[in-house]
Amino acid sequence: AKSSRSNTVRQGKLRLQKWYTATAERDKKKMVRELMQVVLARKPKMCSFLEWRDLKIVYKRYASLYFCCAVEEQDNELITLEVIHRFVELLDKYFGSVCELDIIFNFEKAYFILDEFLMGGEIQDTSKKSVLKAIEQADLLQEVCDVHLGLL
Amino acid sequence: MPAPIRLRELIRTIRTARTQAEEREMIQKECAAIRSSFREEDNTYRCRNVAKLLYMHMLGYPAHFGQLECLKLIASQKFTDKRIGYLGAMLLLDERQDVHLLMTNCIKNDLNHSTQYVQGLALCTLGCMGSSEMCRDLAGEVEKLLKTSNSYLRKKAALCAVHVIRKVPELMEMFLPATKNLLSEKNHGVLHTSVVLLTEMCERSPDMLSHFRKNEKLVPQLVRILKNLIMSGYSPEHDVSGISDPFLQVRILRLLRILGRSDDDSSEAMNDILAQVATNTETSKNVGNAILYETVLTIMDIKSESGLRVLAINILGRFLLNNDKNIRYVALTSLLKTVQTDHNAVQRHRSTIVDCLKDLDVSIKRRAMELSFALVNGNNIRGMMKELLYFLDSCDPEFKADCASGVFLAAEKYAPSKRWHIDTIMRVLTTAGSYVRDDSVPNLIQLITNSVEMHAYTVQRLYKALLDDISQQPLVQVASWCIGEYGDLLVSGQCEEEEPIQVTEDEVLDVLEGLLVSNLSAPVTRGYSLTAIMKLSTRFSSVNRIKKVVSIYGSSIDVELQQRAVEYNALFKKYDHMRPALLERMPIMEKTATNGPSEIVQTNGETDSTVLDTKHPPTITQPPSQGNDLLDLLGGNDVVPVIQTSLPTKPPSAGGELLDLLGDLSLTGAPPPAPASVPSVPMSQPPFLLDGLSSQPLFNDIGTGIPPMTAYNKNGLKIEFMFERSNPNPNIAVITIHASNSTEADMTDFVFQAAVPKTFQLQLLSPSSNVVPALNQGNVTQVIRVLNPQKQQLRMRIKLTYTYKGSPVQDLAEVNNFPPQSWQ
Repeated sequence: AKSSRSNTVRQGKLRLQKWYTATAERDKKKMVRELMQVVLARKPKMCSFLEWRDLKIVYKRYASLYFCCAVEEQDNELITLEVIHRFVELLDKYFGSVCELDIIFNFEKAYFILDEFLMGGEIQDTSKKSVLKAIEQADLLQEVCDVHLGLL
Repeated sequence: MPAPIRLRELIRTIRTARTQAEEREMIQKECAAIRSSFREEDNTYRCRNVAKLLYMHMLGYPAHFGQLECLKLIASQKFTDKRIGYLGAMLLLDERQDVHLLMTNCIKNDLNHSTQYVQGLALCTLGCMGSSEMCRDLAGEVEKLLKTSNSYLRKKAALCAVHVIRKVPELMEMFLPATKNLLSEKNHGVLHTSVVLLTEMCERSPDMLSHFRKNEKLVPQLVRILKNLIMSGYSPEHDVSGISDPFLQVRILRLLRILGRSDDDSSEAMNDILAQVATNTETSKNVGNAILYETVLTIMDIKSESGLRVLAINILGRFLLNNDKNIRYVALTSLLKTVQTDHNAVQRHRSTIVDCLKDLDVSIKRRAMELSFALVNGNNIRGMMKELLYFLDSCDPEFKADCASGVFLAAEKYAPSKRWHIDTIMRVLTTAGSYVRDDSVPNLIQLITNSVEMHAYTVQRLYKALLDDISQQPLVQVASWCIGEYGDLLVSGQCEEEEPIQVTEDEVLDVLEGLLVSNLSAPVTRGYSLTAIMKLSTRFSSVNRIKKVVSIYGSSIDVELQQRAVEYNALFKKYDHMRPALLERMPIMEKTATNGPSEIVQTNGETDSTVLDTKHPPTITQPPSQGNDLLDLLGGNDVVPVIQTSLPTKPPSAGGELLDLLGDLSLTGAPPPAPASVPSVPMSQPPFLLDGLSSQPLFNDIGTGIPPMTAYNKNGLKIEFMFERSNPNPNIAVITIHASNSTEADMTDFVFQAAVPKTFQLQLLSPSSNVVPALNQGNVTQVIRVLNPQKQQLRMRIKLTYTYKGSPVQDLAEVNNFPPQSWQ
């Protein structure tokens, strides 16, 4: 059973965070700070996994962003790397050669994509096409909604 | 009223801030604007404002005033509003705040919405953060959607059901009918989430597991699906580097693992497909290896035939040679799990594993070290030890303590000869001597004592080591003890193993006195060395010199040293007739168990496991010290975290204590097996000269007359404190907690923590268990020792954590009603 959260981190700045277990705000902040420290201290030659508290951290760096997942003891680290990669691919397809600025300025869209891809830490659909289509349709709905009002 | 600034505009503006202060100012200004907009109940721009709030929240600023606004957005009919509203709810609300319950009705409506994307939002929110109450209320809706033919909704309902079951396990039954034909779906999304749901159910309930095995014949279905995935041609939609839907494959393999565990029939039914996956999966990319990894985990966990197991271990062996360090890492982790059960198969890969000791990655090195120790046996001890000692020489400091402990343990179990054993110990002490755990010292001393024929060799080697270097305290302590004990062998040149050295009594005393004055010596070391000098008074002839040294230290500033010196002086004067008997050669010490550094027996029959309890190699997965967590949670700075180790210095007792002991040997109550050596015992545990005797609750009388108290009584958990005064040290109160559970279910993973104000010191011993059985069927007991030198009023904060009916429970409480006799 997976109980994970993922967050995207740049040199100490949080760009996205998702928690799948109920945690107090103060504890979240503390954990994020700790985790950032630990991950940013890793050298390039080290492997993508580390132990932290009673969880395993799987992380991967893409350009200026670190994507981190905290998974449980029985979870498969190697497939988690693939999950991270899939998420990045989705972002890439959606934004067209995604870069950090895209995620900064469109963070809510990044969340929408994440929430269409994962639920409770598990994959909802293993088809890239399917996930992107759903986002596309939802975006369309949103447009129809705000076409006169330019709401966001 | 002008329209509020757009989201992206705000982001742009905030990013132009050059300092933290500037940013804070911008944020505050915007928050004020947003607040007034909220107050005006502006429907049009509410979602824009909440979106901005979410951005600021991500930067770390408080956003709780937006919580209700999220709820309003969720209730709106506009899709944009709902999208942002649900996102906001997931980011800002959580089940600890009652306000989240207001969502329930909206979610219920949206679960039945005409637009599937709205239904999707509701399912997602419920499935990510739904509380137990929400789950109870909405489980029926989720179950309905689990039966829909719309695969978009069905897949989400399945994962939502997983969350519901995790939150409210009793509801699992109601989802059972809906799972009936989940696996006959073609849609991979539904298949994947269904497998996750089935996994959750099977893991949680043995009945479910059995039902799915026997009645639903789940294994053949899964095997069929897996086979199709492997055999089918290229499917662009689900392809990852040439492999068809690796995510689904991995999930199926994991479910198979659960079904095959402890079940012969199921294991047999999956044998072929596992072999097929193991041999046919492409290994050039990470994705293939991920599948192989899961396959190996499954093979090792089910009742597979030996051929398959060997196949699995060999896959791991190949992983070890992979260039990708991630692969090497998981291989070592898996091998560590199987090394006990498939020892011989893993042995075949020993040399590869040992090579990993030289890996650059610290996690890989650590695992390789652990695995290497697990593989040491009587046949390979010499070769392995060579590698491990080499590793010890060159490894990072963070490894040295664990490695040294491991070497000692392995040497103890498999030493081919006593000489080899002593040499190995010497090697560790001289090369990594300052990293050796304190509790290794008594253990090593005990080992040395037992190798009778090696005494002369040992003391000679230790003496020579001291001449080279007196900075490594564990080495110095062991050496001092041995010289004190076997100094006569040293000066008489009795060594047979190697060329005996020529050394005089004065030279030996020079070295020991040198330790006393050196500022490299820790206080404990000084204790060892003074005692050693004293012991030599019955082995050497230069008694006058020894008398002089002992009398000088009778006025030492170091209280511990002073106390010893005063007592030894007394041995020269009033009790001189007893001196030879007291200081004679130590008998062989019994070991309680061969568990290595953590066990030791003191010859007066009392074990002091508290000293050594906490010195186990910390596994990396260990959470940060419990004491610190408690401190953080309490937030106060007038409390001190529980000190899990023993107190380093004891308050000095009245000087006549040792003499009292000499006067009446039956004081301790437990007859020592070697009556003549009672005072020698403290010499092997110098800091605990009197502690071992004075703070044992054992010989404290039952009738101290301090009434017990109830410290905590809530939700069926009752904690009572029983008191004993530590005699003769009245500054230590010994409290035994009794935890009992009057509810109908057990409380598991029970942990009791305590913190006291700064003027106190607290020591918590191990609990009797961590399960408090239901219906008062038993107690968990745990001993607390509180040192209260300033005789202040005792106060305590306690933290209780346990798991109750599957959910974690935590509570904090103040305990202030201590009876005055417990601290006065």
